Amino acid sequence: MSTTVSQDRPTKPSFFNEVFYLARRYPLGVAGAIIMTTFVLCALFANFVAPLDPFSTNARASLARPSETHLLGADMMGRDVLSRIIHGARISLAVAVGATIMGSGLGAALGLASGYLGGWFDLIIQRVSEVMQSLPLLVMALVITASLGPSLRNTIIAIAIPLVPTVARVIRSNVLSLREMPFVEAAKATGMSEFRIAVVHVLPNTLAPLIVLATAQLGSTILTEASLSFLGLGVPEPYPSWGRMLSESAAEYVRTAPWLVIFPGLAISLVVFGSNLMGDALRDALDPRQRD
Amino acid sequence: MLSYLIRRLLLMALTLFGVSIAIFLLLRIVPGNIADILFDSAGLIDPAEKAKIVADLGLDLPLYKQYTQWIGGLLQGDLGYSYVSEKPVLEEIAPRIPITAKIALLALIFSVIAGVPLGVISAVRQNTPLDYLLRVTSLSGLSMPSFWLGLLILMAFVHYLGTIPIYDREPATFMAGFTMLAVPAAAVGFRSSALIMRLTRSSMLEVLRQDFVRTARSKGLSEGAVTYNHALRNALLPVITTIGIEVAFLFGGLIVTETVFNIPGVARFLVEAIRWRDYPMVQNLVMFTATIVVVVNLIVDLIYMVIDPRIRYSE
Repeated sequence: MSTTVSQDRPTKPSFFNEVFYLARRYPLGVAGAIIMTTFVLCALFANFVAPLDPFSTNARASLARPSETHLLGADMMGRDVLSRIIHGARISLAVAVGATIMGSGLGAALGLASGYLGGWFDLIIQRVSEVMQSLPLLVMALVITASLGPSLRNTIIAIAIPLVPTVARVIRSNVLSLREMPFVEAAKATGMSEFRIAVVHVLPNTLAPLIVLATAQLGSTILTEASLSFLGLGVPEPYPSWGRMLSESAAEYVRTAPWLVIFPGLAISLVVFGSNLMGDALRDALDPRQRD
Repeated sequence: MLSYLIRRLLLMALTLFGVSIAIFLLLRIVPGNIADILFDSAGLIDPAEKAKIVADLGLDLPLYKQYTQWIGGLLQGDLGYSYVSEKPVLEEIAPRIPITAKIALLALIFSVIAGVPLGVISAVRQNTPLDYLLRVTSLSGLSMPSFWLGLLILMAFVHYLGTIPIYDREPATFMAGFTMLAVPAAAVGFRSSALIMRLTRSSMLEVLRQDFVRTARSKGLSEGAVTYNHALRNALLPVITTIGIEVAFLFGGLIVTETVFNIPGVARFLVEAIRWRDYPMVQNLVMFTATIVVVVNLIVDLIYMVIDPRIRYSE
């Protein structure tokens, strides 16, 4: 009998089978992944994908309608809108990934420490996150940029910090229940240090909710960057940011050059839509308790 | 109940105290104080004038004194003076509050009226084409920046009516005033309605699976009675919490929406104050926002307690 066991073990599905299975199970998630992949590729290879130089101005093409040379038209300074949108993907991606990693990383570290250590440390972290959560995300981001001054780095910081308390709270509540698990007790019994238990045993178990939360936040970081730039307090010139493309007297172009309003906004919406689809599918796949 | 309320009010005061310290320090950690900025922007060169600005604004005082001066005044209803207009801050903020409050209220009403029924329909018709349509619509609502939606609405106005709605301090009729505020309210409330719809849907699906719903069905109640009298009542609880959280988001959305529609509300004023580096204004507006959020959260928790008898805040 013991000899047949190994043969009864189910064979590991091939990579393609697995992808195919997931694609059938989460078709909307796949759609989101395709949108996001296109977006990331555009951002990485902007120099090759963009038909024209996003920075070169051309007085004769000022406010040119969409045509063969300028597929999505040109702005006031005659810069190609399509090329600027493609290069704008870089800013959006840099801010979204930078802010999400920074905010989630910091939040996870604080949540882990807060949940595992408890006591006064936990109390302080709790009160501080209450203070932070009493301010709307955009207001906090605005005040932080106002304080640090506008730059790409500061925009990332300004968007990352408001994410910290949300992540910290989710991770903390996860850690609180994990802390009571038998495997933690077992680790303690072997004489492992508390720090090592927290990092090696507890932290990996919070990864699923962390990934779900981080994906869900990608979209909101992109929207916040767009709002900040729209208000003229985000990523400064000469970076082509989608939000700022809309701010450059957009209300005026509503009448005269609608393509300057429609396309950058469409780019933002599409990418956030893609990340939301992906986030939903990931949540369903990784965190069944949150399924709807 | 009373002890719970007192505890909550104390915590609220503590939170607001924390906000006041955070905002006060945040505006002062950067090197180069307000006097430098005012000095440069006014094109002045005489150091004596700079010293005068510093003294006038009380910037030569130690930080803790500046803070106690501000907070002491705040507690007595004296919000100080705007650096830009040199008028009392309260005089600048007060007339803008009702404008923003009206839009926010309209947006909330809109989002509940649209979000809850659509969420119920989506849940009851789970996995039908209608459900998919509603889900994709709500997800795109969450994906669109509200300022872009506002701009698209303006574009539609230009296209169909040839004009853009312009904010008017004294609208001729009640209806004119209503439409003027309802359009931006719809633009900013679309996101909230999408969120409320998604949440109502998932919460309804959860409740519809429960035993008491099956009991209600088996005793012969009509499907409508089951859905609305039994299920929806229970499904709305988490939705109410979200509405509380959404108030904070709404304020963020209003900042950009008021900018798009050129409405002189209090939300856009915050951005203007930041741009002008009008720090007394920024400080007070941030405190104002935080107070609203904290109070709304308290109200939501109290409503929760009234609606759901299972919840008792005994501690």
